[in-house]
Amino acid sequence: MDTTAHARGPLVYRQTLMTRITHWVWAVSLFFLLLTGLQIFNAHPALYWGQESGFEYNNALLAISSREGEEGLEGVTYLLGWEFETTGLLGASGGRAHGFPGWATIPSHHDLGTGRVIHFFFAWVLVGTLALWLMASLLNAHWRELLPTPSDLRALPGDVLNHARLRLHRTRTYNVVQKLTYAGVLFVLLPLMILTGLGMSPSFNAAAPWLLDLFGGRQSARTVHFAVMLLLVLFFLVHILMILLAGPLNELRSIVTGWYRIDPEGDAHDR
Amino acid sequence: MTADPTRRLLLGGLLATPALLSGCKVLDGLSAVDHPLRNVMEGANRLTHKAQQLAAGDALAPEYTRADIRQGMRPNGTTNPSDADYQALAANAWTDWRLTVSGAVERPLSLSLAELMAMPSRTQITRHDCVEGWSCIAEWTGVPLSHVLSLARPTSKARFVYFRSMDTIERGLSGSIRYWESHDLRDSLHPQTILAYGMNGVALPVRNGAPLRLRVERQLGYKMAKYLSGIEVVPALSDKGGYWEERGYDWYAGL
Repeated sequence: MDTTAHARGPLVYRQTLMTRITHWVWAVSLFFLLLTGLQIFNAHPALYWGQESGFEYNNALLAISSREGEEGLEGVTYLLGWEFETTGLLGASGGRAHGFPGWATIPSHHDLGTGRVIHFFFAWVLVGTLALWLMASLLNAHWRELLPTPSDLRALPGDVLNHARLRLHRTRTYNVVQKLTYAGVLFVLLPLMILTGLGMSPSFNAAAPWLLDLFGGRQSARTVHFAVMLLLVLFFLVHILMILLAGPLNELRSIVTGWYRIDPEGDAHDR
Repeated sequence: MTADPTRRLLLGGLLATPALLSGCKVLDGLSAVDHPLRNVMEGANRLTHKAQQLAAGDALAPEYTRADIRQGMRPNGTTNPSDADYQALAANAWTDWRLTVSGAVERPLSLSLAELMAMPSRTQITRHDCVEGWSCIAEWTGVPLSHVLSLARPTSKARFVYFRSMDTIERGLSGSIRYWESHDLRDSLHPQTILAYGMNGVALPVRNGAPLRLRVERQLGYKMAKYLSGIEVVPALSDKGGYWEERGYDWYAGL
């Protein structure tokens, strides 16, 4: 595979100022939301399905704990009926008992109160930026750039194959895999994150009990919140991988300045 | 791509970012409750509070059925106060215990458990949500706080209600601290806000707050003081409003 020998095509103005600003605000917000979210999770590192947490019966899907082993503290992770020893990562790390290790949480020590303050602050930043972006997208029709066209969908199998073979084309507009991914994050994952977050709130449960019905209970909402977090982390990892493969400097320039160098035949790929 | 140093540098940088920010503990200073940046971020709590007031209004918290009670009520915080006065009252089956209602009221009260139990009662099956993240469903029986307050007749200056507990939550060099909490009148007068003396069909157990505890169903567990000894109606809060609030937790805990 060769990604460096691309001939240089023209520079195109690809990302509007609104897209660039919201991108970076989301990136910073999601970083803090993730690490404070893990701090909050660590206060009770278990996930359940249903309205409540089973203490005298088992409705746990995941439970992270620690126990005294022969060589000191051991981390034990229970997942869907399976048990794993996860010392060093989950349950026990650095000789201390905690769900996720200190390097994965803000603050690095156990501090639920501070984790909540930072989490809710960036939750507002995320919600505000998402609302701003939605309004701007409606006005400048940017949302349509994320909506696959019929011809996009016909090209989907080929485009998936291209990505799987790491054959990335630099074009003026998003390819169909990009469209579906970004639309999935912005229209499905982030709204799900906000709704499951609200679904965990006892005051919001009074305001909108339908949220509890939608997710099957407060503890289910908490579990979905965690699962969507994993999907967002997966998105981040693939996003970074694709940037590295497509040419990180060009990609970085486009999301900072808006200008993106496409392939010489880049316009031909646009349908 | 193995021979591209820029790419490797960028990848390394991206992977190291979380480790730099959290692992190097540069953000651990935010744990200090008077940290200026923390105070800025805590400003969002006021927005959260307003949003919850606006969204929830006077709506009731969801109530459940007996079939949803599948286990005993998991206690949190203190489970058996070691305070001598508390133990003495417990040994005497609460006959000497009184709940005082004082402060900005026209008629201060001192009520026995029998007097409280003779008042109109409300029974509700609700979900208790701990700030740690777990939930537990139980049935609570008690007298609506609004009824007790109506007997005491708050003055026109009344805005907040303090709840004083008998359990010493912290013993330090500067003295011991008994648990306390506070609510605004809005939540205090909410129909589901009760002073509970019964739980799951029996007298409130010690580990869950005997003889009397607060239930405020649209907020988290730490707002519901256990082991109550007094209620004080005030025009304004004279501190951050509670034991955990002084330690960096939000005063309005509906999220």
